[in-house]
Amino acid sequence: MNWFFHIGRYYIMMVRVFSKPEKWSIYRNQFVKEIDNLGIGSLGIVLIISVFMGAVITIQSAFGFESPWIPLYAVGVASRDSIILEFSPTIVSLILAGKVGSNIASEIGTMKVTEQIDALEIMGINSKAYLILPKIVAAVFINPFLIVISMFLSLLGGLIGGTMTGAVTSYQFIYGIQYDFRPYNVTYALIKTLFFAFIITSVSAYHGYYTQGGALEVGKSSTNAVVYSSIVILLFNFILTQILLS
Amino acid sequence: MIEVKNIYKSFNGKSVLKDINVTFEKGKTNLIIGESGSGKTVLLKTMVGLFHPDSGSVIYEGRNFSNMKFEERKEIRKEIGMLFQGGALFDSLTVEENVMFPLGMFTNMTLAEQKDRADFCLERVNLQTAHKLFPAEISGGMKKRVAIARAIAASPKYLFCDEPNSGLDPKTSILIDNLIYELTEELNITTVVITHDMNSVMEIGDNISFLYKGEINWQGHREEIMRTDSVELNNFVYASEFMKKLKQSLSHHGY
Ligand SMILES: Nc1ncnc2c1ncn2[C@@H]1O[C@H](COP(=O)(O)OP(=O)(O)OP(=O)(O)O)[C@@H](O)[C@H]1O
Ligand SMILES: [Mg+2]
Repeated sequence: MNWFFHIGRYYIMMVRVFSKPEKWSIYRNQFVKEIDNLGIGSLGIVLIISVFMGAVITIQSAFGFESPWIPLYAVGVASRDSIILEFSPTIVSLILAGKVGSNIASEIGTMKVTEQIDALEIMGINSKAYLILPKIVAAVFINPFLIVISMFLSLLGGLIGGTMTGAVTSYQFIYGIQYDFRPYNVTYALIKTLFFAFIITSVSAYHGYYTQGGALEVGKSSTNAVVYSSIVILLFNFILTQILLS
Repeated sequence: MIEVKNIYKSFNGKSVLKDINVTFEKGKTNLIIGESGSGKTVLLKTMVGLFHPDSGSVIYEGRNFSNMKFEERKEIRKEIGMLFQGGALFDSLTVEENVMFPLGMFTNMTLAEQKDRADFCLERVNLQTAHKLFPAEISGGMKKRVAIARAIAASPKYLFCDEPNSGLDPKTSILIDNLIYELTEELNITTVVITHDMNSVMEIGDNISFLYKGEINWQGHREEIMRTDSVELNNFVYASEFMKKLKQSLSHHGY
């Protein structure tokens, strides 16, 4: 089936997702659950990836700048910019698309093929809103925190990795991080993060919700969720960068 | 009372239901019987709006469900309890939470009241010890019973059961049949039960519709079923050698 069909059906789904909820208290409980599941549950992987990638980015920058004409603090500047502009918002979001996206698609997909979604509908519940809205809201709320944490940890990883390997001194690295710092870059990163959080949750939920068949198809939906949310993230990364940085 | 009028339904050009006309009466246990693949589940799902019929209408006490909007349907859906063929329990909730779910969603009951109601419903299906377990931790028959408890929790006016006693032992099976029958009379609700089980048919079938290849082939009371001259229904009822012999010996004795 073609892109137009999917975009149309995605749009129709989102209209129902954002229609008036049955009972606010239920949504609040679901929201808290999702914060725990999608946010707190992703802290571990964000921590590990950020520290190691931060270290590698710093060592690579230092490797590229092995020239007497470039001051050593430039390593700090370059690492900071790669981390804030691209690594934390985009790469970490892609990693989250893998973790959270497959989780959402398989959860909703399983509910679909085992008629749990039909059961919700029979009770008169708007199943799209009930299942998907709390996930979108939770991710849009919590992902900026995850990304900011990732930025800090990556810079920390850069500091540790850079000084441990002797690529840069801690004084120069910290000086570099602060040198010509532009707060707008963080704003840009967070705007991207919000879009990416929305994309990850809604695209994955879409693939889960329209699963048909059995366990095999749930597996396929889960793979598709990761593939398509990653593609859409990359596309929006390009568009948003054009709009926000030029 | 639910009236099904001229329902047609096909999937990708393959016709599954053809001109279904049937009335399900209030206070009675209405059965739908038929071979595997004859369209029973599709009929039930069309009646509750999970499938859209190609044409025809389903009317709940004069209210035409088929041309209602989502918001209007919601009102009728709150009056429906449904047991799915596969149970369809919520995996992430415990047995007790599953039964409480419709109450939490649509009533103003306090948590304690919901728990009481859940206790009561679980007791009615003979399940007193599984409250805190998850669906993955209980047996198939127990799941079925939890699903029935959930279907009756919010005191529905319309109860739909897709094979309530498949996969249950004969004793539990009879217990469930009786439960459905009693609830129907007691609460004066309209109940529609799909079954292949001839035992159930003979026990609780007030009003039986026999679906054959997507059409209503025969309709009647359990007492009439033995004397039918529909060849298809006879083949269905007397499918086993045992039943054939039973019929012969019964007719031999003048029944
Ligand atoms: N979602 C669907 N898409 C396409 N075809 C379907 C769908 N659901 C059911 N069918 C077809 O409709 C026919 C009737 O199926 P249905 O599930 O109603 O049978 P049934 O009478 O409930 O059988 P059983 O007793 O085995 O549950 C089958 O041929 C089936 O392949
Ligand atoms: Mg069926």
